[in-house]
Amino acid sequence: MPVIEAIELRRTYRTTTGVIRRRPLEVEAVRGISFAVEQGELFGLLGPNGAGKTTTIKMLITLLLPTGGEARVLGLDVVDRAREVRKRIGYVFGGDRGLYERLSARDNLRYFAELYGVSGKAQRTRIDEVLELVGLKGREQERVEGYSRGMRQRLHIARGILHDPEVVFLDEPTIGVDPVGARELRQTISDLIAAGKTVLLTTHYMFEADALCDRIAVIAKGQIVGEGTPAALKAGVAEGRVTEIEVFGVDEGTLSRLRVLDGVTAVTVEERDQKQLLVVQSDADREPTAVLLAQLDGFEVGRVSSREPTLEDAYVALVGAGE
Amino acid sequence: MRTLRLLAFSWLLHFKMLSQSAFDGFLAILWPLFFATVAFFMFRHGHRSGALGPVALGAAVMGVWTATSVSASSALQRERRMGTLELLVASPTNLAFVLLPVTLATSTIGLYCIVATLIWARVLFGIHVPVEHPLPFALGILGIVVTIGSLGFLMAVAFVRSRRAWAIGALTEYPIWLVCGFLVPISLLPGWVRPISWALGPTWGMRAIHAGAFGGPAWADAGVCFALALCYVAAGALLLGRMVDGARRAATLSLT
Repeated sequence: MPVIEAIELRRTYRTTTGVIRRRPLEVEAVRGISFAVEQGELFGLLGPNGAGKTTTIKMLITLLLPTGGEARVLGLDVVDRAREVRKRIGYVFGGDRGLYERLSARDNLRYFAELYGVSGKAQRTRIDEVLELVGLKGREQERVEGYSRGMRQRLHIARGILHDPEVVFLDEPTIGVDPVGARELRQTISDLIAAGKTVLLTTHYMFEADALCDRIAVIAKGQIVGEGTPAALKAGVAEGRVTEIEVFGVDEGTLSRLRVLDGVTAVTVEERDQKQLLVVQSDADREPTAVLLAQLDGFEVGRVSSREPTLEDAYVALVGAGE
Repeated sequence: MRTLRLLAFSWLLHFKMLSQSAFDGFLAILWPLFFATVAFFMFRHGHRSGALGPVALGAAVMGVWTATSVSASSALQRERRMGTLELLVASPTNLAFVLLPVTLATSTIGLYCIVATLIWARVLFGIHVPVEHPLPFALGILGIVVTIGSLGFLMAVAFVRSRRAWAIGALTEYPIWLVCGFLVPISLLPGWVRPISWALGPTWGMRAIHAGAFGGPAWADAGVCFALALCYVAAGALLLGRMVDGARRAATLSLT
């Protein structure tokens, strides 16, 4: 039996638009997604902003009611048996908020230990254990307002696993954390898997998903557009070609023309100071450089190179196809 | 037992947090002293010096309501702003048991205010408040703190959908002072106001405190005060359950 199971899960938000004449508006954030996560697996949900990752997690942790489909965690329906689900899962999100700033880390943890029914006797041992695990031992008496972003994030993880949940949901846990802090957090996440937890992780960082996840589902516009191991997803674009071109001042119209060129599957732009880096994915049997440079005639062009596809390329191709 | 421990520990933590806030300290101690001073001058210059004892007590309780009305009515909004509301809802504990200690902690902060106002009255205005029956007096003070904290709980739940919950709380400040008879007896108010006064726990708490200080039967008033507090908690818990279900349906838990 899967530990986490989503079957045709849907969520529609109802809002209004207009200032004087308000009109109802329906936004489909999640459009019938299905996936299953097995015991001890680290499953990644990848997708751009607004793809539906957080909405999916919030339905699974019982904070949002689905508008369609079903979801079960540890075999328990997230709508009908919300309280039982809550007892057995942990939830961690990224960012500065979600902690009591004027309290020490230990007081924050004691409070949540009470909320999760950790007995008084077990609290001290358990709090010491999780502080040790996330590397905050020795700093637990300090007020959280003096903590760095990385320390706060580690405290979030400590809070999320305090009651020893079987399943942990991590919603962009390394967002805004410096590289060293992020590496330490990734180690902590690996330790969770080593301790036998099942983890569902959402992230924007491809290398993070590549390094950590057993399987990944790529989500775009509320739908799963690809699913598999990182290696399998990369293999999906391995037969393609990736060309990188440094340019200056390319406009949206030109990019649109590049995107519809024969054999081109995806075009993304990375802004780098004053220049732009175009990453063009194309079919393996075409050499697109000459055609691309012809389209860029009139723009200042810098270095042009080709390289092996990465997980990020697989992600871009999948998301591009989904849109 | 577990629930009692949760309530006590949670109350203690929130009391600790509020005690460390300069703004809440100002709200609890300094701000009510201005009102108390105005009341003392009014009664003294109105040649009602005999009423200064009850006025000192009334001014002290006014401060408890001042400290609670703004802070408690925006308690859920504050959790939402801090990003902790979703975590509290996602925990297996009933949200009513999470919120009640928060509003009780805000009314407990009002105890500082009672002490400060009585010292202020004694030292600057020479007003002596006798305590004829210490036990009923103490019970009256406890009743006021509990009933105001419980009323704050009901307000926190009732105003949660408003982005200006704190302002609505502030709007209730003067009406409650008047209707609950903190400064003037409710017998002086129009007849139609009295049922409102009787439905408010602070009215009965104030009566119990007066009886404890100046003599008279206090137990029944204190009993009504606690009973009304229970009613507020029951109504608030019921409303809160519906509010959380509605927020899970409408996705409004994390809105700031």
